[in-house]
Amino acid sequence: MCTVCGCGTDSAEHSLIRGHRHSHAAGLSSARMVQIEQDILGKNNQYAAQNRQWLAERGILALNLVSSPGSGKTTLLTETLTRLQGNMPMAVIEGDQQTSNDADRIRATGVPALQINTGKGCHLDAHMVGHALEALPIANGGILFIENVGNLVCPAAFDLGEAYKVVILSVTEGEDKPIKYPDMFHAANLMILNKIDLLPYLRFDVAKCEEYARRVNPTIQILHVSATSGVGIGGWLDWLICVKPPVPA
Amino acid sequence: MHEMSLCESVLQVLENEAKCQHFSQVTAVWLEIGAMSGVEVDAMRFCFDVIVRNTLADGAKLEIIEIPAQAWCLDCAQTVSIQQRYDACPHCGSYQLQVIQGDEMRIKELEVK
Repeated sequence: MCTVCGCGTDSAEHSLIRGHRHSHAAGLSSARMVQIEQDILGKNNQYAAQNRQWLAERGILALNLVSSPGSGKTTLLTETLTRLQGNMPMAVIEGDQQTSNDADRIRATGVPALQINTGKGCHLDAHMVGHALEALPIANGGILFIENVGNLVCPAAFDLGEAYKVVILSVTEGEDKPIKYPDMFHAANLMILNKIDLLPYLRFDVAKCEEYARRVNPTIQILHVSATSGVGIGGWLDWLICVKPPVPA
Repeated sequence: MHEMSLCESVLQVLENEAKCQHFSQVTAVWLEIGAMSGVEVDAMRFCFDVIVRNTLADGAKLEIIEIPAQAWCLDCAQTVSIQQRYDACPHCGSYQLQVIQGDEMRIKELEVK
């Protein structure tokens, strides 16, 4: 049984409830109303709060990296890890529906990584991340990168306990992504415009893209980066070094 | 996209409440869903019927109360109605809006036996 959430006992409890229903004779109980007033994501939010507290007590900065598939998240991460290694402890949680390819790429840099396969799931949730925290070696005061499933829709709604969401948008996508997927850009604190070395070959309106992002999120910070050429990556590393993890509640 | 996992969360809440509030069958569920919560109401209904099959809420009626989106305009200092996150203030055209209503995803009440 899981000591954090007791999730190993769930199926037994569920079957008890199902069995219980059939033990009542029809007509003996009458209908009544029950006030609930609970958030549908309340349970996820409880796990997220536990994760946030656990991370804050250890001074660990957790970042939830979100984007569409193919925006260059893993390349950005491997470049970041390579450059920051030795300066601060780091670890990575990788979320994908299938394969451990991304975790393998991360481990090749020497940084510990844990792969979560969501199977059919389209996002990581706080429960999965809580279990990953138990298994992943991460030193106090370090940075935990959580690379979410490539998806600009569902991960916006699921708090993992991170300090900040960082949305990565590559210039090979459309500049209107921020208003096509407004929830994600609204939830993010920082937008990284990646692959900017390709701008000369594309019709991507950077100013328009930034305007759209600020429409859905007036306070969003924006950085221009090319993970492969290294342009702008210094600004991202500075952001990482300067941003502070939240203090414990 | 994630209506299936939302419905699984709803079922978990129902099963927990069944223990705490001593009921064995749920016959109707009222959800409050905000216009900007990202929930597709039709998908929610479809997934709900699938998820509750052979559970304490098998065949339960799903009632969805849609909550309209509202924002506070920092420039004209009043509450305004919006349809989308990227809408401008309908009075002054500003994008300096803070969403104050429309993100809800709540289980409001149940009819139980």
